[in-house]
Amino acid sequence: MNTPTFEPIIVAFCCHYCAYAAADLAGSGRLQYPPNIRIIRSPCTGRLEVDFFMKAFENGADGVLVAGCEEGSCHFQEGNLLAKRRVNTARQLLLEAGLEPERLRMVNVSAASSVKFADDVRAMVETVRELGPAREKRAITKEPTGAIS
Amino acid sequence: MIVAERKTIPELVEILAPHKNILVLGCGTCVTVCLAGGEREVSIISSALRIASRVQGLSFEIAELTIERQCDNIFIEAAAEAIEKADAVLSTACGAGVQAIAERYPQTPVYAGLNTTFLGILEERGVWTDKCTACGACVLHKFGGICPITRCAKHMLNGPCGGSREDRCEVRPDRACAWQLIYQRLKGINQLDRLQAMEPAKNWNASLSGGPRMLIREDHRV
Repeated sequence: MNTPTFEPIIVAFCCHYCAYAAADLAGSGRLQYPPNIRIIRSPCTGRLEVDFFMKAFENGADGVLVAGCEEGSCHFQEGNLLAKRRVNTARQLLLEAGLEPERLRMVNVSAASSVKFADDVRAMVETVRELGPAREKRAITKEPTGAIS
Repeated sequence: MIVAERKTIPELVEILAPHKNILVLGCGTCVTVCLAGGEREVSIISSALRIASRVQGLSFEIAELTIERQCDNIFIEAAAEAIEKADAVLSTACGAGVQAIAERYPQTPVYAGLNTTFLGILEERGVWTDKCTACGACVLHKFGGICPITRCAKHMLNGPCGGSREDRCEVRPDRACAWQLIYQRLKGINQLDRLQAMEPAKNWNASLSGGPRMLIREDHRV
């Protein structure tokens, strides 16, 4: 499963006001992080729906990173808290479908946290690299925990 | 509105396992409002099934369609072409919608993608509560508009049972005691005297005890 040449494709949904700004700052500051992520800017992580994450995996992503503002400082008050719940729902669905829920992760970074953004990307890439491609056939390794309540 | 929730993906995979071309058919009415089987949920369930098919080595080909209403023949027409192309239909309608599709297409396996749970209302975003059992002989006028059949855990017509604590049900402490609610409501509308009347045993023939129900309105027949 863990081939040395495996380079995961990770879709990163970044909110405009914090995470995308942090990514921009990381670029301006010449911070290095793995080139495995494909950033999609969203007005707010509260715009993201369960369907977006599922479609990313359906269309070949090995991992999805959702990066929003720090809790309590969302530009739209609570968009990142809504996103957190939707990420949890999608993780449950991934588990039921037979993929590891660790492939979907939400992180919170402020607009000034370029170093943390780079660290979060690095950690996500490492996690997914360990898990291997999401395109491989595999059996369900964990019991489903039932319908989303 | 009819409230439902989706079956788990492993359950759906097991149900659909013998088939290849599958149509996930949504319904634009009640199950859209309760966020269980509308267009968006059809998309999510379809994605999950495609992922499950890929990682588990199945060969599902999933098509998606949502029609206005599955429990009405007029609207089912809109799904005719898609259903004819499919080996099986996974309907994300309520139980009535699933059966309407199955009756209309006797040669096509039609499966339920949801568990239809109750007739209820939206309390707040993401929270629905059971309000009506469709017992066929409504008694709401006697109890201040609060149904003891549905909302009392013991379905008591002459309550309260005596087991409630404060205003909480003893069977499910996270739920209100229906009889406490009835008392407060009747007090508020000056109808407390209604509680002095003994309610006789309910005629359950109007419910499922009388067999499958049918409603015929001669004035509307053609």
